[in-house]
Amino acid sequence: MDATILGLLLLDALQNGVVYGLLALALVLVFAVTRVILVPIGELLMFAPLSLVWLQGGKLPGTLWLALALGLLWALLSRGRGSLWPLGLGALLFLLALLGLKLPLLAYPAAVLLVVYLGLATYRVFFQPMREATVLAYLIMAVGLHVAYQGLGLVFFGPEQYRPAPLLSGEVTVGLSWQGVLVLLFALSAVVALYLFFRFSLFGKALLAAAENRLGARLLGIRPEEAGMVAFAIASFLAAVSGLLLAPLINAAYFMGFMLGLKGFVAAILGGLSSYPVAFLGALLVGLFESFTSFYASAYKEALVFLLLVPALFFQSLKARAVEE
Amino acid sequence: MKRWLLAGLFLALSALAQGALKVGVVVSATGPAASLGIPERNTMLLIQEILERTGGVAGRKVQFTILDDASDTTQAVRNTRRLVEEGVVAIIGTTTTPASLGMIPVVAEAKVPMISLAASKDIIYPVDAQRYWVFKTPQTEELMARAIVADMVARGVKTVGYIGFNDAYGEGWARFFEAELKAKGLQLVVSERYNRTDTSVTGQVLRILARRPEAVLIGASGTPAVLPQRTLRERGYGGLIYQTHGVANPDFLRVGGKDVEGTLLPAGPILVAEQLPSGYPSKRVALDYIQRYEAKYGIGSYSTFGAHAWDAWLILRPALERALKKADPDKDLAAFRAALRDEIEATRGLVATHGVFTFSKEDHLGLRFEDSAVMVQVERGRWKLVRTFR
Amino acid sequence: MRYLWFSLLLLPLLLSPFPFYLTLLNFFAIAALVALSLYVLTGLGGMTSFAQAAFMGMGAYATALLTVKGGYSPWLGLLLGLGLALVLALVLGGLTVRLKGHFLPLSTIAWQVALYILAGNLVGLTGGHTGLTDLPPLVLFGLPLDSAFRYAFLSLFLLALLVLALHNLRESRLGRALLALRGDALAAASFGVDPAALRLKAFLLSGFLAGLAGFLYAHFLRFVNPTPFSLEASIKYLVMAVAGGVGAIPGVLLGAALFTGLEDWLKDLLPLLLGRQGNYETIAYGLILAAILILAPRGLWPLLARYLPRREGRLPREAPLSERPLLGGEGQVVLEAQGLRKAFGGLLAVNGVSLGLRRGEILALIGPNGAGKTTVFNLITGAIPPDAGEVRLLGRPITGLPPHRIHPLGLARTFQHPHLFPELSVLENAALGTYARTRAGFLQVLLGLHRKEEARALATAYRALKRVGLESLALEKAERLPAGQQRLLEIARALASGASVLLLDEPGAGLRAGEKRELAHLLKSLAREGYSILIVDHDMDLIMGLADRVVVMNYGEKIAEGTPKEVQKNPLVRAAYLGEVA
Repeated sequence: MDATILGLLLLDALQNGVVYGLLALALVLVFAVTRVILVPIGELLMFAPLSLVWLQGGKLPGTLWLALALGLLWALLSRGRGSLWPLGLGALLFLLALLGLKLPLLAYPAAVLLVVYLGLATYRVFFQPMREATVLAYLIMAVGLHVAYQGLGLVFFGPEQYRPAPLLSGEVTVGLSWQGVLVLLFALSAVVALYLFFRFSLFGKALLAAAENRLGARLLGIRPEEAGMVAFAIASFLAAVSGLLLAPLINAAYFMGFMLGLKGFVAAILGGLSSYPVAFLGALLVGLFESFTSFYASAYKEALVFLLLVPALFFQSLKARAVEE
Repeated sequence: MKRWLLAGLFLALSALAQGALKVGVVVSATGPAASLGIPERNTMLLIQEILERTGGVAGRKVQFTILDDASDTTQAVRNTRRLVEEGVVAIIGTTTTPASLGMIPVVAEAKVPMISLAASKDIIYPVDAQRYWVFKTPQTEELMARAIVADMVARGVKTVGYIGFNDAYGEGWARFFEAELKAKGLQLVVSERYNRTDTSVTGQVLRILARRPEAVLIGASGTPAVLPQRTLRERGYGGLIYQTHGVANPDFLRVGGKDVEGTLLPAGPILVAEQLPSGYPSKRVALDYIQRYEAKYGIGSYSTFGAHAWDAWLILRPALERALKKADPDKDLAAFRAALRDEIEATRGLVATHGVFTFSKEDHLGLRFEDSAVMVQVERGRWKLVRTFR
Repeated sequence: MRYLWFSLLLLPLLLSPFPFYLTLLNFFAIAALVALSLYVLTGLGGMTSFAQAAFMGMGAYATALLTVKGGYSPWLGLLLGLGLALVLALVLGGLTVRLKGHFLPLSTIAWQVALYILAGNLVGLTGGHTGLTDLPPLVLFGLPLDSAFRYAFLSLFLLALLVLALHNLRESRLGRALLALRGDALAAASFGVDPAALRLKAFLLSGFLAGLAGFLYAHFLRFVNPTPFSLEASIKYLVMAVAGGVGAIPGVLLGAALFTGLEDWLKDLLPLLLGRQGNYETIAYGLILAAILILAPRGLWPLLARYLPRREGRLPREAPLSERPLLGGEGQVVLEAQGLRKAFGGLLAVNGVSLGLRRGEILALIGPNGAGKTTVFNLITGAIPPDAGEVRLLGRPITGLPPHRIHPLGLARTFQHPHLFPELSVLENAALGTYARTRAGFLQVLLGLHRKEEARALATAYRALKRVGLESLALEKAERLPAGQQRLLEIARALASGASVLLLDEPGAGLRAGEKRELAHLLKSLAREGYSILIVDHDMDLIMGLADRVVVMNYGEKIAEGTPKEVQKNPLVRAAYLGEVA
């Protein structure tokens, strides 16, 4: 273990860690506002680059039809004016996708919009009807959706890996490619943007309020459903862009999302599913831990990352009371 | 409910097709091994088509029942039980090693001969009471490891590194590769593992680089095999990189692109059939298979894995013909299955796409190293034959 | 009725011409065992686990290792497998049962994934992903169980046996306690249930059942590798239990049967429907699960159960549990609080409050909103620990003890909003009160040895119901009671516990005038018998007519004490209630 190796491992940790961090932020956000633990975030992450590859190859991806189908359900479920949003967005998405077939540059926003639309529709169709359900019920639903979406991913994209062209090629320095820098920059700007949003914008504060106290927020005119939509939209956006930026570095395949999501989730847990900064730091920690264990004990890397949860939970349990209020 | 429908259909069909021969097929058409299982399944469908055109075997229709085990052992075992109950005379399959191993007790108990399409030597060795019923067509990792090490020796390599999957495939390779290295006096200086689903192997690659082996073998299959290779090159590894025959498919080349240029790998002769020297035993049979497969599925679509299924049928068909002279499946299925097994084992010098098969009581693999492995290198995105061992 | 489950044993005979269905039958029995483990953990205990397959794996690998590598008898493998599953449950459970609701399932996901990876990586031990083959078949009475037909008898027999045991569990003090704990940990603790301990035991039982399923699986398939013990498998079992209806034994069995059959059927049907090969049944699972959660959140069984004839409950006929003498001698102070102090962050809720309750007296604690009355209540009953001060019950210090330790000493409480359990009957709700007076542990309950005690406990509860006048509603579901009767039920529960000191939190809230009169009448007669009652309430008429003495609080401090008449005339009290008017 010399300085170069240490440096490379740290860079690797950073690169992986920020992706987990973005996922962790998205997970904490969605949980805070809707009490849903968004297990399918991994699938959303992967759908973006895979859809992109399809569009770049001149074919409409199956995810488009899934998104539009759910969007249709969304429109049916919201009556009257409420259905303008899903229909309008859906039409825009379809248009963008068609254009994306011809103009490669448009394929990127098309892929992002696809995933965001899918995320919104998922919330509206599956989670919103489960009013006042327990966190557990939401979790089971989320797991069910993860399973379904992963299966659909296999149907749409097949079992093999794909490698979209990186936005920026070449290396900054040994161990860090320009694409990697892009990932880091995005992560940083996302963290800053979320911070500013929650701290200073009225809507952001309203979102947090809705999370703290649904009834109170409603009395003040903030609709929990709207809050949920916004949370899901932000989370899907984070997932989509992360996926697009990350895919050239890792070879996207339909099954990869779950593991990435799971690690983001470990990070979110380290933050108690409530603190953004701790979750992000936790993600960096996970990346660090993973990098070094893959160096020293590669076979057990994954097991050790998950066992990381044990001390975290133990610590939480010491704080918890014997009897809940 | 569906069961009755199927049963009814079977009854109807079998009333029409007097004494059809039922052959069961289990492959991993979905799941992680799908890139191997799909060509295998396609090959069986191709065979079915050919048989329908040419009138079956010894005047009897042949009925394939093809089931997918989704790369899962439990599913494979269940499928096997079901096929056995439906009265198949033999089972071809399955694609993966663990699933094939799981099937062995079932076929042994039911006394049905099985030809596996999976890699590991454990499937057919040693030939005990259970493996008495089991044969296989793909080269074992042991055989392919021999090819790799022979190539390394020829190039003067002394120190070697390994990075492979954390699963049955990677483990099997690690085991046999290490044994062969030891036998030929080379040194394994570092051995790492990674998961199929990993997105980064930087840590493992750094460890390998620290030990500076002259050559590295990547024990993986399919497109996940690209990741360590790319990482090695990016980190400036300048030595030889070997892959296993599990990457011998076009997706590997597609995803690997420039990063896999120059890769060395062992392969069945069929991978580079047109480049084989004339007189190479498998050349004609391989080209025939490729031509038929591509006619149905498109140019460039054939795969070495599908060819294993073709080989299985090349073995099974004449065995069926010989067995039908000795026993009648309609009258005594058990006796026919036993006779069929004997006839499979009696196969001698059968030229197939991956080599020449000669089974015996102790050898249910039947392949010789010299005829069934060649060294191939990736050159400008294509497979190039660089060494044969005849 | 419950013995009807043994008729499952007829199935192998019926299906013997179809060996494939016999195999499915065995897989059903094994899945049903795992589903039962979820019944215990989730249905009764309210904890969700995504790690049942890991427990199965423990059972399976233990026996595989012992029999294949060690050559020992499978029965030894069974012992080791169950032992290891219990150890895993102990460790897992010990760490996580204390966590708030959703942390438990999340941590089980982590464990499940970690164990799966270890199973795949410890190649020397477990054979890695290649697995361990050639497990010997089980031999029972000299007969090897090496065919699906024979094995089905074993697996179905065990299933029926365990269904019986779990029926026993449901109809026992432990079943009630678990259900109570699931809904409302504080209420359960107030009747002597130690939440962490009971949850842990439920976890252990659940791990045991799943481990047993793993053992059966290993010797059925006679091949073990990590795949059937993965997170995907755990999810599958959870889906089975939830979809069928995790709250009822027939529900989880229905779920197991449905999905075992469905799995196979879908594998055949979907590729045909969709026109191409593929593993589409996972999509179907996900969508079915989603549909059930939205349309039938309690699973399919409750929908079906409506059409089945209802079992008529029986009123208890045995003699009740032995009487507990009421605490304290004539006029003795039974409950005493001195100098209680509690601050929440910067807010000093209770500051130096002292009071004493004598035997047979009704003491009222009143004060304006925010005075700190409920906090005092919670400090005395152990729901929160005081920062300073002491609480004594009959001279015995109980300061800072948790509710489940205080209650057995003779103190019972009710709640501001009735903390009843709607899905249990009125009788069962009252019977929860007897938890601390009964002894049967898990083993006795599962084996059915608790019947006598259970019958007596129910009789005690019935008698308590009679005391408050609710006996005619004994077999009704508690959710159907109006507010007034719910209060009475809470009091009945407290009486059933044999406690002599009753702390009632706003018993009059939400009652109509007539109901209040009945309540006052009941409380007075209880006091005459020797019960000591502390009431917190707002209703002046009720208090003044009922209480022997009154303590008045304001801004966390005691400002007056005396008979109702004395207190009414106290100017400080008037100022507190009416504002600072002279």
